[in-house]
Amino acid sequence: MHQTSHLRRLEAEAIFIFREVFATCDRPVLLYSIGKDSAVLLHLALKAFAPGRLPFPVLHVDTGWKFREMIAFRDETARRLGLDLIVHTNPEGLAAGIGPLTHGSAVHTDVMKTQALKQALDKHGFDAAFGGARRDEEKSRAKERIFSLRTPDHRWDPRSQRPEPWLLFNTRKAQGESFRVFPLSNWTEADVWDYIALESIPVVPLYFAKPRPVVQRNGALIMRDDDRLTLLPGEAPEMRMIRFRTLGCYPLTGAVESRADTLEAVLAEMRESRVSERQGRVIDHDSTSSMEKKKQEGYF
Amino acid sequence: MLPAVLAARHPEPDLPQVAQAIRPAERSLLRFITCGSVDDGKSTLLGRLLWETGAVYEDQAEALARDSARFGTDGKNRDYALLVDGLSAEREQGITIDVAYRYFATPRRAFIAADTPGHEQYTRNMATGASTADVAILLVDARKGVLPQTRRHSSIVSLVGVKDIIVAINKMDLVGFDEAVFRRIEAEYRALAEQLGFRSIHVLPLVARDGDTLTRRSGRMPWYAGPTLLDLIETLEPVLPTDGRFFLPVQWVNRPDADFRGFSGTIASGQIRVGDPVTILPQGRASRIAEILTPEGTRSAAKAGEAVTVTLADETDVVRGDVITLGHRPGHTTGTLTARLLVLGERRLAPGDRMLIKLGCATVPARFEALAHELSVEDLSPRPAGHLAMNGIGKVVLRPEAPLFALPYEECRTLGSFLLIDPITHATLAMGVIDTVSGPSREASTRPGKPAPAVLPRFWPKSRVERTRLAVTTLAFALAGFLLTGTLAGALALAALDAIGRPLLHALQDRFWPAGERPASAPVPEPGLDGGGI
Repeated sequence: MHQTSHLRRLEAEAIFIFREVFATCDRPVLLYSIGKDSAVLLHLALKAFAPGRLPFPVLHVDTGWKFREMIAFRDETARRLGLDLIVHTNPEGLAAGIGPLTHGSAVHTDVMKTQALKQALDKHGFDAAFGGARRDEEKSRAKERIFSLRTPDHRWDPRSQRPEPWLLFNTRKAQGESFRVFPLSNWTEADVWDYIALESIPVVPLYFAKPRPVVQRNGALIMRDDDRLTLLPGEAPEMRMIRFRTLGCYPLTGAVESRADTLEAVLAEMRESRVSERQGRVIDHDSTSSMEKKKQEGYF
Repeated sequence: MLPAVLAARHPEPDLPQVAQAIRPAERSLLRFITCGSVDDGKSTLLGRLLWETGAVYEDQAEALARDSARFGTDGKNRDYALLVDGLSAEREQGITIDVAYRYFATPRRAFIAADTPGHEQYTRNMATGASTADVAILLVDARKGVLPQTRRHSSIVSLVGVKDIIVAINKMDLVGFDEAVFRRIEAEYRALAEQLGFRSIHVLPLVARDGDTLTRRSGRMPWYAGPTLLDLIETLEPVLPTDGRFFLPVQWVNRPDADFRGFSGTIASGQIRVGDPVTILPQGRASRIAEILTPEGTRSAAKAGEAVTVTLADETDVVRGDVITLGHRPGHTTGTLTARLLVLGERRLAPGDRMLIKLGCATVPARFEALAHELSVEDLSPRPAGHLAMNGIGKVVLRPEAPLFALPYEECRTLGSFLLIDPITHATLAMGVIDTVSGPSREASTRPGKPAPAVLPRFWPKSRVERTRLAVTTLAFALAGFLLTGTLAGALALAALDAIGRPLLHALQDRFWPAGERPASAPVPEPGLDGGGI
């Protein structure tokens, strides 16, 4: 018999994980960060519960610094799919005017992402949150479980993580504990793009090349999405043909020069690309093993 | 011709381009595990495989060049082990030693490699990594040959049912590329693996560091004419469960509105078509498949591995944990399971313990009824034991205390493997594979009248000897009561006190002093082998 293709096997695995959580947890939520991984995650969730609607809400933690095109895409997606979309911004961070340009990426990420996520999870009493993290993204994630158990204060304790033989998950937890669940654990960046192409999944237009206003800063091409990106002496935004491999807060996300303006062209570029996707993320370079540290603090 | 030893090392390969002709929709998937201690070159082998298949990006390659110069063990050359060195960093920090997963692909296949540390105390990690593996790659240092560790790793991968094994005899350069050394180790390995039930064993001579026999044949070992490591992992066909009998564990009842009632789950084995007659287990109700929804839409058929939702022709009561099977068959539930258990947690497990068993999509209370023996991790040989500690492997008898449908692992991986969970701390205690399943029938027929409620199975003695002993002692108490008080009431009171009090004391004894920790009053009988399943 013809073997099932690896994309279909990854798809079946992710659907199994979605159903397992929904069948055993009280109040799941899908963390939606608008990027390509989130697009695939959402697509798989819809498949897992078809023909019914998505039986749980979708949460976007908005730092206030996302690309405008991301926000427009988010709202359009929620409308198109009839999602129960929850948008949460850390009100204290907002009041204090926390931002990546004034407070640095470390403070911004902690207050507007990590703390904001915890607030939102606590506020709604979610006990399982799906995320789009993949093990191939970074060395320290290679050993991350699919089900990551968190203490009532959202901490990740390496010692209490459970073995996951077969696809057999122990989904029991004490009052107040919660899971972060990663259905895309075994996907690679190439798998995500191949699946987007296979299933014609809509993604944010920022992934496709277009002339956009950018400045060179600390070796990265930063898009000037609005005038909050104040120009440093000698800096002048110029129009360049760019696209993004990953999307985050715009001042923290480096663009790549590219002519790939269609999905086919992006796939072709991906295959030839010799640079890992996280290189464009300023957040990873803060300190060695920074992801490991952030995870222990409760960041995804 | 130059002697092999003097032939040139492969030049350092440039960072390869990823092959262009990728048709992802047709690419298959193979999962494998690498075993062997750090010194055997396991990380080097995996790192070099990642490198040569183009899974390493330029920025990572630059980091590798920097790290190689600083920490490398191969002079000025790239130390490929540093690409996968996450585990050694952990070891130095003294935190969790774990399974790490690596990903790479060729035009033909995508690969998921489970990378686990090889030391004895990490047996549980190896078993976890091996549980999903289609193939195991076992490294042997050509200078050292087959070691106790080689045997141990082989035992563990065999325990979780890996069928194809690749023995990579590494560091052939350090034994002068001597074919005789290779043949001797090969023969020794084949002899030790005879009892382990592998479907295929492939033995290769390698120099992982230089890439010999990794992705291309080596000019330095012209006597080896077999496949390279990459040839093997690209072509070995995984054991697929599509040929077995159809079983669909119901994961979730999909009921979005009053008009639709579907049963979602991933098909554990076999195939199904619309219109097929089915039975819901363990109850045994019959129905027929009305519709099959797959991730690719409504289909007329589906097979093992697919995450489907099926609807049935009849209004049938089906809940999570039930199993849908093909054909009409009677209901079937499990009396006892004999299984091989590997303890994953810190809690010691002993007969008398109560826990939860999670099998397929069902989670039910279960009792650890007997420990037949512990199995040595070295070669799976039996030895007597009263309990199992972390990383211990044992042959056990478990009794589910609610209806449960199970199968031997050889017959169905999904319905033949399980977790044991602590009902209080929720910790995962053990993983297990089922050898045999016995129905409740034989057990029930030895019980007088109605079977005792499942929650009180200890109150009624199982053997005839025990029952006779209970009757005799209760009569003795009645007689003593009559002699002491001279009344019938006194006799009855003392007998009743005994009849109620003794089971209570037994229960208390079980609770606070589990059977495994006290001297056994009688040898534990070898569990009966009365055929698996239905």
